[in-house]
This record gives sequence, C-alpha cells and structure tokens, in this order.
Amino acid sequence: MNTATFSLATVAPAIPEIALLACVSALLLVDLFVPDREKHLSFWLAIASLAGTAVLAGATVGNATAVTFHGMFVSDPMSQVLKVAALGASAVTLVYGRLYLEARSLLRGEFLSLALFATLGMMVMISAHHFLTLYLGLELLALSLYAMVALQRDSARATEAAMKYFVLGALASGMLLYGLSMLYGATGSLDIARVAASLGGAGASQTLAVFGVVFVVAGIAFKLGAVPFHMWIPDVYHGAATPATLFIGAAPKIAAFAFVIRLLAQALGGLDHDWQAMLALLAAASIGLGNLVAIAQTNLKRMLAYSTISHMGFLLMGLAAGTTNGYASAMFYVLTYVLMTLGAFGMILLLSRAGFEAEELEDFRGLNRKSRWYAFVMLVVVFSLAGIPPAVGFLAKLAVLQAAFEAGFGWLVVFAVLMSVVGAFYYLRLVKLMYMDEPAGEITIAPRADARVLLSANALAVLALGIVPAPLMDLCARAITASL
Amino acid sequence: MIPLSWYLVLGALLFAIAVTGIFLNRKNLIVILMAVELMLLAVNTNFVAFAHYWGDPAGQVFVFFILTVAAAESAIGLAILVTLFRNLRSIRVDDLDSLKG
Repeated sequence: MNTATFSLATVAPAIPEIALLACVSALLLVDLFVPDREKHLSFWLAIASLAGTAVLAGATVGNATAVTFHGMFVSDPMSQVLKVAALGASAVTLVYGRLYLEARSLLRGEFLSLALFATLGMMVMISAHHFLTLYLGLELLALSLYAMVALQRDSARATEAAMKYFVLGALASGMLLYGLSMLYGATGSLDIARVAASLGGAGASQTLAVFGVVFVVAGIAFKLGAVPFHMWIPDVYHGAATPATLFIGAAPKIAAFAFVIRLLAQALGGLDHDWQAMLALLAAASIGLGNLVAIAQTNLKRMLAYSTISHMGFLLMGLAAGTTNGYASAMFYVLTYVLMTLGAFGMILLLSRAGFEAEELEDFRGLNRKSRWYAFVMLVVVFSLAGIPPAVGFLAKLAVLQAAFEAGFGWLVVFAVLMSVVGAFYYLRLVKLMYMDEPAGEITIAPRADARVLLSANALAVLALGIVPAPLMDLCARAITASL
Repeated sequence: MIPLSWYLVLGALLFAIAVTGIFLNRKNLIVILMAVELMLLAVNTNFVAFAHYWGDPAGQVFVFFILTVAAAESAIGLAILVTLFRNLRSIRVDDLDSLKG
C-alpha cells in the first residue's frame, strides 16, 4: 500500500457531502440554543443547508466521472443530477410540512437534523462505488427514517408504524448484506467496478454469484416496496405523521433508483439474464396488487401507499429492460414520480390543521367549491399519477412501457396497461369527490404563502413537463449513457 | 483445517434461524430484535470466512462496519420499543394491529 496522497483534488468530488455534514453538525449545535418559540430559525437554517448543498452539487453537473477515496466514491453524471433532485425534494418536503409540524410541536432540531442526515445518506448511496459506501449510505438513510417516524412519541399509530418499519427494514438490510457477502465470496472484491470485471471473467463462481443475486434482489424489492415485499409500505405511510410520510415517499426513491443502478446494472451487469426475469415478475406483481388493493381504500394516505407500490412496479419494469434506454426511462420515471408525490402529499398537508389530518378521501369532498385553484392542483397531480395526458405521468409510463417492449417483455406491457386502466378508477373517484360533490365538512387552506406558491409551481411543473418533456428526457439519457 | 463450506453452512443456519424467528414469533418484540442481530452475525460469519478464503482484509473491515451499524440499529430499535410500550403497555407482536386495510 503506497502512502496516502492527500490533496484537494481527492476530496473535491465529495464536497457537497462534506458541506452537508458540516451543516447538520452545526444545526445540531445551534438548535440547542434556539428557544422553542424561535424554531423557525432552525427551520430556515435547514433549508439554507439543503439549498447551499444543492448549489454545490449543481456546480458539479457536467463534470467528467471522477472516482476517489480509493475507489469508494464516484461522482458521475448520473449521481450529479440525482443528488440535486434529492436535495431539492428534501427541501420542498420540509417547506410543505412546516405548518403541520408546528401545529403538533414536532418542528424541532431533531426532525430537521434527521431529515438532513437522511439526505446525506441518500447522497452517499447515490455516489457509492463500493459495497461498503453503498451499505453505510443505506443505513444512514434508514436509521434516520426509523427515528423520524417514531418522533411522534405520544401517537400509538406512529410508534406502531415505526416498529413495523424498523423490523422489516432491518430484515431487508440483512437479506441485502447476505447477498453482498455471497457476491464477495464469488468475486473476492467489494469494489463495484472490480466485482463487475470479475463476474465477466472466468475466475468467479457463477453458482455463488447467482445465489447472491437472489438475496440482493429480495433486499432491493423490500426497500422499494415491491410485491411480495410490500407489507410495510401501507402501514408506514398511514401511521407516520404526514410530513414524515412525504419524506419517506419522495427523495429516498431517487436514492433507491441509484442503488439499483449501482448494484444491478453496474456491479451485476454480467448476470443481467438472472435478474431481469426476477425484476419483471416483481414488477407484474406490484402493478397488479397495488392497483387492485388501492380501490378498496378509504384513507388517502393508504391509497397513495398502494399507488406507490404500483409505481415502483413501473420503475422496476424500466430497470428490468436492462438497456440504456430502459435505465434512462426509469430515471425519468423516478424523477417525475417524486414530483407527483410531492404534489399529492403537499395537498394533504395544505388542507390539514391542528387536530385535523385531512387524510381521508372524504376530506377532499367538494374541494372545488372552496378553492378552484387547489382543486385544479390536485386534479393535475392525480391525472399525472393515473397516467392521463397531458400530465407528465403519461409520458413517463409510455417511455417505460416502450423500453420494456423493446426488451421483449410484451406480456408485461399488456398486463401493465390493463392494470393502469383499472387503477384510473380510484384516481378518478377522488376527482369526482372534489368536483361533483358538496363539501361535507369545513375545508381550510393553510395560510402559509411559501408552501402555497411552491405547491402551485409543483403542479405547473407536472403539467409543463408533460407538454415539454424533451429537456429532462435528454438529461436522463445523457446522464445514463455517460455513467454506465 | 476447517473447510470454507462449513462456515457457509453455519452462516446459512444462523440466517435461517433469524428469518424463522422474525416470521414465526408472535409473542415478543424483543425476540425479533434478537433475530435481527443474529441475521447480521450470520452475514459477519460469511464475510470473515470469505475474507480468509481470498486472503483479502477488506471483508474483515466490512465486518467492523456491520458491527458498528448493528449497535446503532439496536439502539434505535430498543428506543422505538420503549415508546411503543409506553403507548400500548404491551410488547406482544399480535397487539400491533391498529393499522390495517
């Protein structure tokens, strides 16, 4: 081992992560001295940390691929784009959730620093180039999220959700690690590039590697929430405080996408025939079950949880294609999906107030009478989730379906289209409730201007991307092509 | 000299016991936390055995990181368990049934 050379060039690719870590540490300290009435100072500090880190991460966009820290960490075009998106999604989540958290005295340094630590975990996952960094990033994210759900200590629902999330999350990590240990046994390396090279050569034990792939895919399916490993999603989405639900539902999906690309496409690219079929089956099961069970839900958070399961099925479908085109369409899908999730949960947060959750479908009854604009915002988001043009959800689904069809998964495409038609029913039921029915209870719109402006911009972005999708699609295609 | 396969069988057995413990146990949440620990120890056994087999220290270093994360994980798990007990006055798995549909 040669002596370590330490220069700015070796740490430069990780500057956004280092900056965010410094900011969280500062936030933890500063928050101790902020009195309870002035917690908005901590809040704006957290937003400034995320925005500042996003600017630093944005400045790296377009740089050439750089591997540093002895092959542990990589900054490639895909990671640069995904990091900016993850930081943005986390910041938007905090802005939407602020009033809800204030009303339940949860807006403390703990929630904010957990959110920032989780975001740091996502960034490490996105930039991992070694199984160790991948695992540490994943655990930093997961442990922060368990604590975030459990933070509402006096709520029996939230603690129950936290316990279920913890047990199933730990089980998923265990499966994933078991799979990684098998891959290590088969190849003798933990470095993603070297694992890929070794699997392509003759030295690796194929039996051991395929055994490892099965466990890795099971672990990934658990983390994404794909059927049959989806049990935790509805309970956690339902039981957690809505801002925590939104946090779990939005930015971590971006990290999960990067995680799958790093593990399956980059490290295990040589075994694609083994994992493609598994992903296709998981996708079919998720799209089928997610859409069918969502019909039976009366709780909006639970309905969105089942809708998440079906959307993860579509994401897996793009990944199962195993082509550059498939990965690029999956990346487009995950970015637009996060935008829609932010909009949908943002609306729940906008209508909720102290002592009122606005999480039942009934709570949206007659929204159009109260506010035409916010009924329209919800309409755009719901159309997009259902995949109805001109909202962006339609194009995202179309791109994924096209990629899967080109890769020879014709049966899966037909099944997914049929199930989307079934799924449109429960989305349209919500539209009917908002537009055709009389209001049942009192509806109030949260008075916070920043959240209202951001939510309107969010819905307009969903619409605008549906009309002009080319720039984002090109960005995804270029990032994936340059990173693989 | 104990062959590699023995270690792998041991790891697989520990892993199987852990998964069984998580899914079959309906009584006590603490047993589930123990099963989670056992699962990580099964993985550690695998990593150390493979690290010795390949003569590569990276696998052993990985084990140290897993042990550290496992400690943090059980700290959070036990903390959630305490808040759960405060709310429900029970740690029976069957009592975690208020969320369904």
